[in-house]
Amino acid sequence: MSHFIDRLNFFRRAREPFANEHGEMREEARGWEDGYRQRWQHDKVVRSTHGVNCTGSCSWKIYVKNGLVTWETQQTDYPRTRPDLPNHEPRGCPRGASYSWYIYSANRLKYPLIRKPLLTLWRDALETHGDPVEAWASIVEDPEKTRQYKRARGMGGFVRAGWDELNELVAASNVYTAKQYGPDRIIGFSPIPAMSMVSYAAGSRYLSLIGGVCMSFYDWYCDLPPASPMTWGEQTDVPESADWYNSGYIIAWGSNVPQTRTPDAHFFTEVRYKGTKTVSITPDYAEVSKLTDEWLSAKQGTDAALGIAMGHVILKEFHLDKPSAYFTDYVRRYTDMPCLVELEYREDGSYAPGRQLRASDFADNLGQDNNPEWKTLAWDETRDQLVVPRGSIGFRWGEQEGNQGKWNLEPLDADGTEIRPLLSFVEQHDTIAKVAFPYFGGLKHQHFAHVENDGASDELLFHSLPVKRLKKADGSEVLAVTVFDLMCANYGIDRGLGEDDGATAYDQVKPYTPAWQEKITGVPAEQCARIAREFADNAHKTRGRSMIIVGAGMNHWYHMDMNYRGLINMLVMCGCIGQSGGGWAHYVGQEKLRPQTGWLPLAFGLDWTRPPRHMNSTSFFYNHSSQWRYEKLEIKEILSPLANPADYQGSLIDFNVRAERMGWLPSAPQLDTNPLRLAEAAKSAGMSTADYVVDQLKCGDLRFAAEDPDNPRNFPRNLFIWRSNLLGSSGKGHEYMLKYLLGTRHGIQGKDLGEDGRQKPEEVEWHETAPEGKLDLLVTLDFRMSTTCLYSDVVLPTATWYEKDDLNTSDMHPFIHPLTAATDPAWESRSDWDIYKGIARAFSNVCQGHLGVETDLVTLPHQHDSPAELAQVEVKDWKKGECEPVPGKTMPNLIEIQRDYPATYERFTSLGPALERLGNGGKGISWNTDKEVELLGKLNYRKTEGPAKGRPCIESAIDAAETILTLAPETNGQVAVKAWGALSTITGREHAHLAHPKEEEKIRFRDIVAQPRKIISSPTWSGLEDEHVSYNAGYTNVHELIPWRTVSGRQQFYQDHPWMRAFGESLLVYRPPIDTKAVASIAAPKGNGNPEIALNWITPHQKWGIHSTYSDNQLMQTLSRGGPIVWLSEEDARSIGVEDNDWIELYNANGAIAARAVVSQRVKNGMVMMYHAQERILNMPGSEITGTRGGIHNSVTRVCPKPTHMIGGYAQLAYSFNYYGTVGSNRDEFVIVRKMRHIDWLDGEGNDYEQEAVK
Amino acid sequence: MFAEYLQHLIYGYYPYLAGTVFLVGSLLRFDHGQYTWKTGSSQMLSSKHMRLASNLFHIGIIVIFFGHLFGMLTPHWVYAPFLSPGTKQILAIVIGGIAGVLCIVGGAMLLYRRLFNPRVRASSGFMDTLILAILVFQAGLGLVTVFFSLGHLDGEMMLTLASWAQAIVFFGGGAADYMTEVSWIYKLHIFLGLTIILLFPFTRLVHVWSAPLGYVTRRYQLVRKRG
Repeated sequence: MSHFIDRLNFFRRAREPFANEHGEMREEARGWEDGYRQRWQHDKVVRSTHGVNCTGSCSWKIYVKNGLVTWETQQTDYPRTRPDLPNHEPRGCPRGASYSWYIYSANRLKYPLIRKPLLTLWRDALETHGDPVEAWASIVEDPEKTRQYKRARGMGGFVRAGWDELNELVAASNVYTAKQYGPDRIIGFSPIPAMSMVSYAAGSRYLSLIGGVCMSFYDWYCDLPPASPMTWGEQTDVPESADWYNSGYIIAWGSNVPQTRTPDAHFFTEVRYKGTKTVSITPDYAEVSKLTDEWLSAKQGTDAALGIAMGHVILKEFHLDKPSAYFTDYVRRYTDMPCLVELEYREDGSYAPGRQLRASDFADNLGQDNNPEWKTLAWDETRDQLVVPRGSIGFRWGEQEGNQGKWNLEPLDADGTEIRPLLSFVEQHDTIAKVAFPYFGGLKHQHFAHVENDGASDELLFHSLPVKRLKKADGSEVLAVTVFDLMCANYGIDRGLGEDDGATAYDQVKPYTPAWQEKITGVPAEQCARIAREFADNAHKTRGRSMIIVGAGMNHWYHMDMNYRGLINMLVMCGCIGQSGGGWAHYVGQEKLRPQTGWLPLAFGLDWTRPPRHMNSTSFFYNHSSQWRYEKLEIKEILSPLANPADYQGSLIDFNVRAERMGWLPSAPQLDTNPLRLAEAAKSAGMSTADYVVDQLKCGDLRFAAEDPDNPRNFPRNLFIWRSNLLGSSGKGHEYMLKYLLGTRHGIQGKDLGEDGRQKPEEVEWHETAPEGKLDLLVTLDFRMSTTCLYSDVVLPTATWYEKDDLNTSDMHPFIHPLTAATDPAWESRSDWDIYKGIARAFSNVCQGHLGVETDLVTLPHQHDSPAELAQVEVKDWKKGECEPVPGKTMPNLIEIQRDYPATYERFTSLGPALERLGNGGKGISWNTDKEVELLGKLNYRKTEGPAKGRPCIESAIDAAETILTLAPETNGQVAVKAWGALSTITGREHAHLAHPKEEEKIRFRDIVAQPRKIISSPTWSGLEDEHVSYNAGYTNVHELIPWRTVSGRQQFYQDHPWMRAFGESLLVYRPPIDTKAVASIAAPKGNGNPEIALNWITPHQKWGIHSTYSDNQLMQTLSRGGPIVWLSEEDARSIGVEDNDWIELYNANGAIAARAVVSQRVKNGMVMMYHAQERILNMPGSEITGTRGGIHNSVTRVCPKPTHMIGGYAQLAYSFNYYGTVGSNRDEFVIVRKMRHIDWLDGEGNDYEQEAVK
Repeated sequence: MFAEYLQHLIYGYYPYLAGTVFLVGSLLRFDHGQYTWKTGSSQMLSSKHMRLASNLFHIGIIVIFFGHLFGMLTPHWVYAPFLSPGTKQILAIVIGGIAGVLCIVGGAMLLYRRLFNPRVRASSGFMDTLILAILVFQAGLGLVTVFFSLGHLDGEMMLTLASWAQAIVFFGGGAADYMTEVSWIYKLHIFLGLTIILLFPFTRLVHVWSAPLGYVTRRYQLVRKRG
């Protein structure tokens, strides 16, 4: 009753001794114990997950008490696997377990916020003008006013405002921008839809309906491995983690499995109990290194050298000396190794590998009327003649009805005769040709070892190849080689056919032997050869059960394609792709959106208008944050010695502009005029809009916006960021974004091309002073005050992952499961779906009188998986007069779209009629979806009035989820059967048996709330969800004989596009990292008296966060050091007098970072590691270099795009959203490291101090 | 007339008011604010000089506390046979003076820290700062009284004040009358002392009640009976 009275126990024997007076039993109040007991009591448990960019996709139990989320634990109810395969649970990690901390923390965003100067301007303007759009115009058209709020970005000063007020402001800004400059000036960035599909779709649906631009993320994050589309025509497809358990040999190559794939790591451990050998290849002693049987410590950035040397061993031992029957059969059927390549004559008497021969090269197109220039050739061993094997990409598109069904991998030629493609001409060559290959391993680099070639040339390797003489259609003679023979030569194997720079033994230091690679990577030659042999031998004995798990690190180098193709080639040569327990396991940032084709209409408004506007972010940010103005990498530095430099003039931005012009890459903003005004102008000129635009482009009156990015007409004006921390995490060239996009304080230390007096770009207008603060409005939706929020004009508080309904899938497991609202969104937060719904409603109101039904003109690049991927067999630039501008052929397609702006809200909340009119589909196939729309009308009800009357509703997030689930083959068995049927028409093979057993299965939202569900097999993906096999990429290619979506229809070793050859990457080579000159080009070095060292800047995935999420979480910070940290090797630290926990500074021309040093034996000399995306809002002092607060890991980086990634309209080398395009590499960067002197917190709280100088 | 009224109010009734608030307040807080019953230590936020300052302050104040307790409340006849009032006063001045200096030095350091260390300041409540300031000021006043006492080393004043205290505590009645001739400095010191007692239950001083004396007699292992 009373704590006090309870203690008045003088008359009781309250202390009873026991154990010889060592202990006593007390009689006292125990009510206080309930405090601890109640801590673990709860009212209900709700299923949700963490919509963070992590492949984990773990289902969690969320505990709720008194209407508050208290904590979370892992769900354990994943559907079973099968006998002899471990179950999926437990899935989860400490990061996810710490999430509930956010919800009620000080970091939580609770109210809509706006920066005060802008709010004041807005309220005044609204009072003066009345009309919101005019009010917005009055602000942004006055430079004095815009300066007020743009300079304040990142400087605090947020105040609360109401939802209605901010919705109106945002909508007014959008309407003004669309009306004044064009809707393609309204940009949206949000990544990884798989993590919370409905939330992603909310913003992208709004943007797509008004004609705004959705930005890519996978390529921008540099997680997209272009080597995958190059080889397979596939973005990325990988085995689920359970398939590791089927493997016999696993190499974890740059993938830190226990740290970054924590919930899946148990399969890695479990398979070792079966006797599977595991090997890790990482420069540092990573967590995975201690888990594996053997550790190869290759110098960072030289993985391609190791890969090519391993390939050398595999080719020599398992394909030449003692061929494995399995390997030989596999590469004959499933790779382009038998394909024929033309040799081009060189002036020095040697030859260079040219393009792959096509049916169109020979008389009568070898009987092929449809796409003969896209049908590759082979030599039939049986009949000893040239044949057109089925499956090449020419068979995929445009075949007449009766001739369809030959796009498959059956061993038949076009006419149906059985063939046996010849791999090598070595036994039956007409002659031997001396063929030149580019050699980059001899390039000198200050920080990387090189090996000079002791042959005839420093930069060329000559090999003798067996060739066949053929007669072309024009009567000329051509020398043809097989890709197999090219490969053997390219891997540096001297086959004794004549003079040869290749090696005959592994211990020769010649490209590309194990001894050669030791000089470059530091991995012992013996170990390299042995691991390669073990890997191949296991694959040989188990028919392909050797696997390589790859991590992002390898993909973040400028020459990532070489790293990746190095190991992809090993896997293909060993027949591991498409085999259970084998293959390429790249688990980086794609987070497979399993019900993709159901999601696409919802996300991009394809149910109303097509196509949506998409943009590849790397090119966008390179262009619009003026990073190109600082480009120090010259084309000649990366060009192949076989290319003619005169043909490849200009700078990187020029190549990107050309790529946009030719329709290879997308553009945004698109043209340098408002696309809503073009239709009218065309009409008054008496032409069709497309003709008018072509005409205007041709005469130069109209240009692409990318050709003059510094012109105010071409600025991206509005930017939405949601589900992302662009400025605190992925924003490469962070400081450039601050300066040029935001117009606020920044830390750039270098000079631009103008100040530096360097060569200016050819295709881009150069303005002496670049504009700053291009964005008029930056709106960010988040649940926590991230770095991006700090820099935004308007911050809208979203529901956390425990407060909304959504869907979640991953590539690591085959389940789909939900996020559900355990509690209502706290304070004034709202779900993303509701936020965008609110903005759409405000837009529909505000646009009245400004925008009505408008005709928009969208430029569409040549899309992969559409007939346009066959647009350009040759590279021709219409602007240079090399050809005529033909939309959809030599330039982007031009498509008119009617937008009903006042109906935006009604369209947003209902499913449009285009689904019935045009059907649904993806990846080159489509099907009728009337029945599904009918079903949705019943499930979600239909609109009873308004412009969308009669259409199925999508009011709530659950309605949206049902739309996805109903339309997708992966979650609706009937759609799966239709989808496989659609594919059968093209392949001529029956596939529907893969879906028939699940035809009647329909997965709905409430089903997955009850338990995660395994999805249904669909042709969108190349693996199967099956009782008998774990999901594995390429499985249906190998077992259902569905071609890969490449030129040859097979796994493509040889990339014959002219640019691939010109940049030296038609085949695998080793290329040292590029020199970004970021260390050498600092404008004015500012010494602080302490010694300095230049180290390679490595930014791997972290242990205490998933990207920036959790990195500001108190629980995670408690496990780490409570602030930014950077890892150094002991020797490097000693050389600059740095001890563990010292404050150090890292800087280069791009900016600076302040962090604490972690000095560790784990780190290799020459590199410095900062786990990426540590929030700059936490324990971050000011930088001595920039005078402003610390910086994030991207403060010292700048994007440097690669021309080969810009290629388009060429089968697998064709653009698709997040599929192919430029990627934001950042590992080649170097920083200067030194101990700091003044630790200035820039807060005047009296904690500043001096660090002792290095003696 | 008003002066007399005030004298009775402050030195006759105020002590009972303060004492009642002190006892009842402590009881209520103990029963209804268990989670507020704490020292409220801020050592985690900043431990710089804490060991020195806190020890000086606590040693000083504990000595002063017991000095006052026994000095004021022990009836004269108990020690009269072996201690003259003069000697007792010298003893009190020496021991009290030393303890007072310890307390004031430690207290000043703590007060400085509480006011100027940003982290400590940010986590301080109004009462935390107020009570510390009063204690330091009170210790200062106490030291000043030493100089007054040096002017009359016969111990008479000390006996008068002790009589007042005993009259209050032992319900002797007419306590205020003892204060008629007392110097303003002692009056101020006493008033402030009574105020500290009054404020006691509203501050972190409640931790005084929970001095862990139980440790002296407890056994090594404790188990509690099923509730």
